[in-house]
Amino acid sequence: MDLKLAHSNKDGIEIVDVEGEIDVYTAPRLRELLIELVNKKNYQLVVNMEKVEFLDSTGLGVLVGGLKRVRAHDGSLDLVCTQERILKIFRITGLTKVFGIHESVDQAIAARKAEK
Amino acid sequence: MATVEVTFTPLPVHVRTARLVATAVARRSGVAESLLDEVRLAVGEACSRAVEAHQRYCPGQPIRVELTDDGEQFEVVVTDAVPDAEHGTPGTAGKGANGAALPAGPDGFGDDPGLADGEIPLRLPDGVGLAVIAGLADDVHVTAAGSGTSVTMSWKRRTA
Repeated sequence: MDLKLAHSNKDGIEIVDVEGEIDVYTAPRLRELLIELVNKKNYQLVVNMEKVEFLDSTGLGVLVGGLKRVRAHDGSLDLVCTQERILKIFRITGLTKVFGIHESVDQAIAARKAEK
Repeated sequence: MATVEVTFTPLPVHVRTARLVATAVARRSGVAESLLDEVRLAVGEACSRAVEAHQRYCPGQPIRVELTDDGEQFEVVVTDAVPDAEHGTPGTAGKGANGAALPAGPDGFGDDPGLADGEIPLRLPDGVGLAVIAGLADDVHVTAAGSGTSVTMSWKRRTA
């Protein structure tokens, strides 16, 4: 399945909905979207990965780069993911300690607001 | 002789094809359903690594994937035409299979200078992909193959 991207603002936080496969072929599109959002001064991001069917280290690289970029503006990039097969690659690479990973968009927003 | 051999031009879009073929052959070979996601991800990582290296050094040469089932284990060999020492992202070129580390630096991003300028890289250091493969396959070897590199991954046959 190809990659579908959408984004919307909720409570001042930009929600990025990702659907499909994030790999070496499709990751550049996610990268472009994250760059576009940051360039438009959206520094609080939540990437909803509940409909992601495949994620490899290329996709991880884009997410890590996005996190680095928003952190440069004191921002955040949290993830929503409950799928074990997707979470596995975060565990293998140790990135569960780098990203805030939540079970729902509402939970991610609530966690972010609680930190403010 | 491999059960199935696939040769593809080094384009990102073909990595997906290689993943699909590997998963299909693994399933047909009797690899447990619970392992198919691991085969798919590991083969994708190895092919992505090869594609990236070929695009920098030898875009005209193909990448070969061999899938073999000997009854006891399912083995995948991804062979490229780039020496191991040349593998790596631009910021980590030359680190090869053993040089790049997982993103465990001060902020969890490792020491990749490509991540230090606020830009968004396309890939993490080359070693991350290999670390992912090592975390998924029962056994992994990176060896020289002619003028290039082979990544051999295997999974022991076991029922789900």
